[in-house]
Amino acid sequence: MRMRIFLAATCWLFCAGAAQAASTEADFKTALAAAETAEQEAGALKNQWIPTEQALAAAKKAASAGDFDAAVAKAKQAEALAKASIAQAKEQQTAWRAGVIR
Amino acid sequence: MRICRAIAIVIAALAVAGARPAAAADSIDPDADFKAFRDYFTKRFPSVPLNDFVNGPYSMDAELRKQWEAIDDFPPYDFAVDRGKQMFATAFKNGKTYGDCFANNGIGIRQNYPYFDGKTGEVITLELALNRCREANGEEPYSYVKDEMASLTAYMAFTSRGKPFDIKIPNDPRALAAYQKGAEYFYSRRGQLNFSCASCHVQSAGEHIRTEVLAPALGILAAMPIYRSEWGGMGTISRRFVTCNSQVRGVPLQPQDELYRDVEYYLTYMGNGLPVSGPGTRP
Repeated sequence: MRMRIFLAATCWLFCAGAAQAASTEADFKTALAAAETAEQEAGALKNQWIPTEQALAAAKKAASAGDFDAAVAKAKQAEALAKASIAQAKEQQTAWRAGVIR
Repeated sequence: MRICRAIAIVIAALAVAGARPAAAADSIDPDADFKAFRDYFTKRFPSVPLNDFVNGPYSMDAELRKQWEAIDDFPPYDFAVDRGKQMFATAFKNGKTYGDCFANNGIGIRQNYPYFDGKTGEVITLELALNRCREANGEEPYSYVKDEMASLTAYMAFTSRGKPFDIKIPNDPRALAAYQKGAEYFYSRRGQLNFSCASCHVQSAGEHIRTEVLAPALGILAAMPIYRSEWGGMGTISRRFVTCNSQVRGVPLQPQDELYRDVEYYLTYMGNGLPVSGPGTRP
């Protein structure tokens, strides 16, 4: 019985550890590519945000320092911000009319 | 026959009625916009004389106005006017001057800018015209945001002081499209703070944002270029637009981007008839 509990605990700890494994450079490159694609789309709509650019810069800086966990987190933040700016631009393509002085 | 004609009339009437809402939504009517814009501000601020709107925040706040009047005894933009005058009179390497590029030798013409150029199909601002003049004469263009450009436009505005703005929107689909794009940019929310130009200068005009008083959009470009205490120096219309975008955490466009020129076209047209008051001073 004790042996079973020990094995189960070991297995759980292993699995949990695996789930929180450190991010790799490949993870960062994937996250960065997604963020940059979204930011380019925002640029085409002439509606980029400064915090997106800052998050992208922070992601690259963290990656240069070898901190891929932080780099991935910042790249994902940049992607989320870029997507929000795209949504804003698309919404405003018609919503701007509501503010016009009539 | 009569029945057929009646049916045709009814169908035509329904078609017209059905088309009307879409046409109204898409129609571009600068005259109607101008009237509505002016009525909004004059009704909202009935105690402000019409021509005083060009003084921006000083038309909204008596205490601020006193400070401005005291500052204006020795205007901080005077150096820029003197420098601009000297630059304006100095010949390019080919012997020509800025005056050769403009009507009336560039004196007293600020009120006609920006204008729509039917040949190129674009809005030409004074800043753009100055740099194109330089390039046409073999000179390097200046930065659009401050220093030399601010000095040149300060001098040119000074020679036009008091002249009423006279911006024309020709009956040309390209001109109307530029005007409409300018309006769209002005009213579109942008940046992480989700502000439009109108959020501050229409809906919140006259209110405080921290210690500053927000200028009304009516006549807001009449005092440009300006000496701004926040900048510690002179700035052009381009600088003002770039700063506005940054303040709402949006990445600014390049100075003199087509959209910025369109906004300038729209906003200056809204101030038609108001006097040129530039160069100006702002907190």
